[in-house]
Amino acid sequence: MSTITTIKDKAQQLGAATQDALQPVRAAALAAFNQLGVPAVKHEEWKYTRISQLFNQPYQLGVDHTNTDAAWQAFRLPEYETANELVFINGVYNAAASTVRSAGLIVLPLEEAAKGEYAQVVNKNLGHSGKYMKDGINALNASFLVGAVFIGVNRSTEIEHPVYIYNITDGRAGNVFAQPRTLVHVAANAGVVLVETYGSIGVADHFTNQVMEVVVEQDARVEYYKIQNDSNRSSLVSTTHFRQVGKSYVHAVTISLNGVMVRNNLNMVMEAEHCDSNMFGLYFTSDSCHVDNHTIVDNAKPHCLSNEYYKGILDGSSTGVFNGKIFVQQDAQKINAFQSNKNILLSDSANVYTKPQLEIFADDVKCSHGCTVGRLDEEGLFYLRSRGVTEASAKSLLLHAFAVDILDQIRHDALRAYVDQLISERLGA
Amino acid sequence: MLQIKDLHAGIEGKEILKGINLTIRPGEVHAIMGPNGSGKSTLASVLAGREDYEVTGGSVEFLGKDLLELAPEARAGEGLFLAFQYPVEIPGLSTINFMKTAVNEVRKYRGQEALDAAEFLKLMKEKMSLVNIDKNLLTRSLNEGFSGGEKKRNEVFQMAMLEPKLAILDETDSGLDIDAIRIAAAGVNAIRSKENATLVITHYQRLLDYIVPDFVHVLYNGRIVKSGGKELALELEETGYSFLKNEMNIA
Repeated sequence: MSTITTIKDKAQQLGAATQDALQPVRAAALAAFNQLGVPAVKHEEWKYTRISQLFNQPYQLGVDHTNTDAAWQAFRLPEYETANELVFINGVYNAAASTVRSAGLIVLPLEEAAKGEYAQVVNKNLGHSGKYMKDGINALNASFLVGAVFIGVNRSTEIEHPVYIYNITDGRAGNVFAQPRTLVHVAANAGVVLVETYGSIGVADHFTNQVMEVVVEQDARVEYYKIQNDSNRSSLVSTTHFRQVGKSYVHAVTISLNGVMVRNNLNMVMEAEHCDSNMFGLYFTSDSCHVDNHTIVDNAKPHCLSNEYYKGILDGSSTGVFNGKIFVQQDAQKINAFQSNKNILLSDSANVYTKPQLEIFADDVKCSHGCTVGRLDEEGLFYLRSRGVTEASAKSLLLHAFAVDILDQIRHDALRAYVDQLISERLGA
Repeated sequence: MLQIKDLHAGIEGKEILKGINLTIRPGEVHAIMGPNGSGKSTLASVLAGREDYEVTGGSVEFLGKDLLELAPEARAGEGLFLAFQYPVEIPGLSTINFMKTAVNEVRKYRGQEALDAAEFLKLMKEKMSLVNIDKNLLTRSLNEGFSGGEKKRNEVFQMAMLEPKLAILDETDSGLDIDAIRIAAAGVNAIRSKENATLVITHYQRLLDYIVPDFVHVLYNGRIVKSGGKELALELEETGYSFLKNEMNIA
């Protein structure tokens, strides 16, 4: 039996066995997945990222997730002692390993949230973000809606410490396919810092297909950091849908440093006037690592501002993909949308595919985009070497200097220092 | 200290230096003057080890070592410093962080122990006051958005930090007003000693009012065609380079 068939069977069985408030969502998603399947390379959005090859081998599904030994703790982020820690193991939320420390932060199993106080919020928002992501991989995640989590921040509440979300796969018993899912609701005038990271235990093949939806209400503020430095046996499709349903502020930074195949879908849908969002990214790849950042900014309403800046350093035979789509709908007058993607190739066999894609239907807007692909600046290299800095150190200084304006976008000091350290280690500094 | 013998060099197959001979001893200040395209900056680049240039003949000995065999960073380690005509802008790297790396790598090359943070700070403060540079400039991205004068002052500051035995100033005066030239020159003079030497490459005599040379050489068409004392510079200022062309044509 092929892996896809096994997955479908599992989803079917799961649906039959689970009769909760989320079942209609699962059923609809499975139907969609049956119809759409896994996106093939002929799908324009998946042209450079051959996700289907990840389904060419068997995975364990529904692996025992009650295992709470300390192995996941190796992936803890700095200052975790004061942070909120939400741990997913093999796609399933592990309450025993998780700790909610900040007052006002609500963390509930999604099926529970779907029937209690937050039922309306869940029903109104769950699965409603996928307007531009009607592909099989998104549907696949929703067809296994088990162990998902609802994260809520109530009106006018500022969550003091970051929310660390660990997406852990435990492959000690064999290959793992994991599908974590979260729905985040940030109510009016609330603020929260979300940090997602990934880690693999054991030396099997790990494949995570993760989806997060974040709904941001009027005057709310969200900082969102995604830090990917997973193993050489781990692949990841990470989809984050932001919906700015009221005038709000989102600041997102995506750092991708390792993994077999990493695909990030970051969608920013601005459904209200005067929304403001930043999307920054840094990918630093080597060996045969493949990192694909697909972003969408959808301007539905006037007077919004989006600022997007991704940088890439590609070594070895690694591949980088950047696709930045900006929609400006007819009503979205007077918006500002900026986009830039800069890449440095360190080797002849590294590749980058970069594409800005602007679809503008309004006539009074300001949009800019640009991309560059180049080598390390020879003149700069000679300048540093002429001061006695060895060639290796000079390269390291120049690359760090290239990366630093993205690093500086990580506003949480300890986290920035942590990522800086990862990058410095990679640079051999 | 430096002995250049019959140096031939060029770029992309075009010969620019056609047999340079020059000897510099400790404590001396030499000036090389010459019209545009005579090979002044090529000479500076070849001495510092810029890889675009190809040496096709001759030799350069620096403190008993074959300079041309050394990588640019090793040349700096041996005590050679080139102040760039066009200092490179590097967004994201502060002068302080750059110098911290450079000073310690040069010290390592020289077999000295690395400076710790406090020692480095002390050295930096000392050199900052020596060359009269503001700390704010040093915490900013290297040369990014600096004025011409600030860039050159930063070059002199780096020179002071690395304590070279031979400093080559490549058109340090270009693009500077009189005040900026005076400040840069004062920095250079503050670093000078009996043990180290300076090679000033310039187009105009002006800089030599402030950094007074012991010897002046005129470079023309890839060769040193005339050498003399500091009065030669004044003479050139008076007559321009055209007389050279006449002399050369006659010869």
